Amino acid sequence: MMLRIKRVPTVVSNYQKDEAEEGARRVGGCGRNCLNQCCIPGAKLPLYAFKKLNKIGGGKELLGSEKREPPVDFLDSLLLGEWEDRMQRGLFRYDVTACETKVIPGQFGFIAQLNEGRHLKKRPTEFRVDKVLQPFDGNKFNFTKVGQEEVLFQFEASEDGEVQFIPSAPVEPENSPSVVAINVSPIEYGHVLLIPRILERLPQRIDRESFLLALHMAAEAGNPYFRLGYNSLGAFATINHLHFQAYYLAVTFPIEKAPTKKITVSGAGVKVSELLNYPVRGLVFEGGKTLQDLSNTVSDACICLQENNIPYNVLISDCGKRIFLLPQCYAEKQALGEVRAELLDTQVNPAVWEISGHMVLKRKKDYEEASDENAWKLLAEVSLSEERFQEVNALIFEAIACGDNGNANLLEDLEVEPHSHDEVGTINTSSHAAMVTGTQQCLVLQ
Amino acid sequence: MESELGLIEQSFNSRYSLWVQEALSELPDSFTITDPCLSGHPIVFASKGFLKMLGYSKSEVIGRNGRVFQGPGTCRRSVMEIREAIREERAIQINLLNYRKDGTPFWMLFHMCPVFNKEDGRVTHFVGVQVPISRKPRRSGRNGVNLCEEGSRMNDIFYGSCRKEVCSDSLVELGRVQSLESALDDADDRGLEVEESCEASDLEKTRAATAINNILSVLTHYSELTGRLVCGKRCSLSGVGLLSSSLNISLGRIKQSFVLTDPHLPDMPIVYASDAFFKLTGYARHEVLGRNCRFLSGVDTDSSMIYRIKESIQNEKACTVRILNYRKDKSSFWNLLHISPVRNASGKIAYFVGVQMEEGCKNQVGHGLSPEMRQRSAVGAVRIAVRSLSMGAGPSKS
Repeated sequence: MMLRIKRVPTVVSNYQKDEAEEGARRVGGCGRNCLNQCCIPGAKLPLYAFKKLNKIGGGKELLGSEKREPPVDFLDSLLLGEWEDRMQRGLFRYDVTACETKVIPGQFGFIAQLNEGRHLKKRPTEFRVDKVLQPFDGNKFNFTKVGQEEVLFQFEASEDGEVQFIPSAPVEPENSPSVVAINVSPIEYGHVLLIPRILERLPQRIDRESFLLALHMAAEAGNPYFRLGYNSLGAFATINHLHFQAYYLAVTFPIEKAPTKKITVSGAGVKVSELLNYPVRGLVFEGGKTLQDLSNTVSDACICLQENNIPYNVLISDCGKRIFLLPQCYAEKQALGEVRAELLDTQVNPAVWEISGHMVLKRKKDYEEASDENAWKLLAEVSLSEERFQEVNALIFEAIACGDNGNANLLEDLEVEPHSHDEVGTINTSSHAAMVTGTQQCLVLQ
Repeated sequence: MESELGLIEQSFNSRYSLWVQEALSELPDSFTITDPCLSGHPIVFASKGFLKMLGYSKSEVIGRNGRVFQGPGTCRRSVMEIREAIREERAIQINLLNYRKDGTPFWMLFHMCPVFNKEDGRVTHFVGVQVPISRKPRRSGRNGVNLCEEGSRMNDIFYGSCRKEVCSDSLVELGRVQSLESALDDADDRGLEVEESCEASDLEKTRAATAINNILSVLTHYSELTGRLVCGKRCSLSGVGLLSSSLNISLGRIKQSFVLTDPHLPDMPIVYASDAFFKLTGYARHEVLGRNCRFLSGVDTDSSMIYRIKESIQNEKACTVRILNYRKDKSSFWNLLHISPVRNASGKIAYFVGVQMEEGCKNQVGHGLSPEMRQRSAVGAVRIAVRSLSMGAGPSKS
């Protein structure tokens, strides 16, 4: 059986609109200044090369560097400046700052936005939701088809270890440039897409290198209110071309406020915790001796999920210091007809932002009636069951342990009993779970 | 840097008189006072107890942001809690791992509360008390319950009947946070010192609350001497047209010269001006706030440019003009001025932002972004700050 859902795809580029009608007709010297072979020769875009940090903010290093006058938040300024420029040039489908938004009164502080313009003008399309990994299809819309004016800058690691900015640098396919482009249907100010190695036409699938790039972007922007997000296929990604999203919203997300319970610390020092008192079950990753440690641990977890065909969302928060990983099953339920009509009627697609507590609502009625309770109800449908979540965790921890190069600490510390979540006091009581000792047969798989 | 320190002195002495420093020095506690209206939300006063506890000299601390004392073992969620409390202009009491100058970590009970201007209800400062937690291993079980009880007791001691409503929420939250956070170990290789989380005792909580009360009474007393009264709870919300401290904090991070004007007030006065604006024009804050921008024009200013500005404001459109402006000392400069409407969370225009750029000014070439791009980035940063300001359910929002 193949599971599909119908939904209105989000228009992220002005070159996406007429795609259904025109198909793949436009190939070769297309005259619209895109990022395909036809238009790349001679193309120039700003280039921002970041310094490879080998330390996640904090510690003595931070103390030392703060002694100096803090450097201008360069990436932040570049991104905001370029984005505002595109706004002045009228490239967006609507002015997102004219969309009403509020923090819903209540315990959790869910954020609601009324956005009536985002999903107009598009017919619902069928999406296959039961395959997290699907091959890249050059005939469908992908980011090489966007106009160069929608691209803000190229983003890469600096070769000499110093931050570099070139206002107008040639786009060189042999260097596999990664780019940051606008989303023409923004859900908040500064909504952009980070497209790793855009010309390699990678499908929506996490790999270590790309995830590290996203983490660098969060660290480099250095603004706790600039977060990156990722949706896998089957977890409401609509375009099968590797991309992360990001935008600014100077409010703490409910998921960031949720209490957590430590499960384990990996050999590389990455602390893995479980979200508590939040409608969607998920893991939180933080710490690690280097940014790369944190990145590798999370990417390994993501790779494990996608290889096991489990849809998931990722939120990169707090300048890359905290990462939330949320396996989900909403689309599957939707395809199986298990989601209640009242939830479907809202047409809210629970992707990473919604799961984090930022709800973009299409109907005024839903906006006015938005409450903790309604938001919770929707998100509760997204979450895996406790039982399934523990199974998935077992898979993830095994994957992390392997990535850890056989570091024994992780497994020693591991606690994956499904019923240990309700008692905070049990964490340190040295009831180290003996059930997972790193070998396959100990894992409860279904 | 000099002018920055000047501002800091001013922030403090002008409100509490010169003698306040001496009176505060007599308090034995470890505490800092910060000013959210200054760029970077810097520390403007640090007690002897604080300097001794952290191993810094006074000059190393004044003008810095409190985050410099955090380190790799500091719980990110606690840091976020504090950021939220500042945003919402409310008190918070939380266990926090801080680092001394020599890099050694220590647990302390951090108790922070806002100090309000009695007249307009605006936050003038935040007081933060640090009570070191005497280390004892965390016991498992019953935590949550214990903390909640302690929390409500603390509430009675410190707040009496005032602001109870506001605080009870945060304390329930706090109870939860502490019970869970205290369970977290720290991924730190310094060993046992950081390994176990510490929990503040009743005594330590009371100490923190008492210290806060003592500091507040000193500040209140000395503010009476200058006639610019402060108090520990918000007494008035008449501050129409004034910006909340959280907006001030976010705007303070923007390095360019810009002003915000309020089109809903008579004659569209300036309600915010950045430090760079004072530097560019030579005016001081009190000479600028509340006035219309026209004082920048002079005899040779082209009136057709002024007309264009008015037109774009009327049409609620952005515009860029090159206009001759005058500094306080009467010298003139070409201002590449960019003006744009800025919307609040309801999507309505709340302010106009005007970003000034002195034509041909060398130190603005800086780091490679074109002047236009830097102007646009300031506009973007202002939009984000203003939009999120009006979203919150915090007590400061009118």
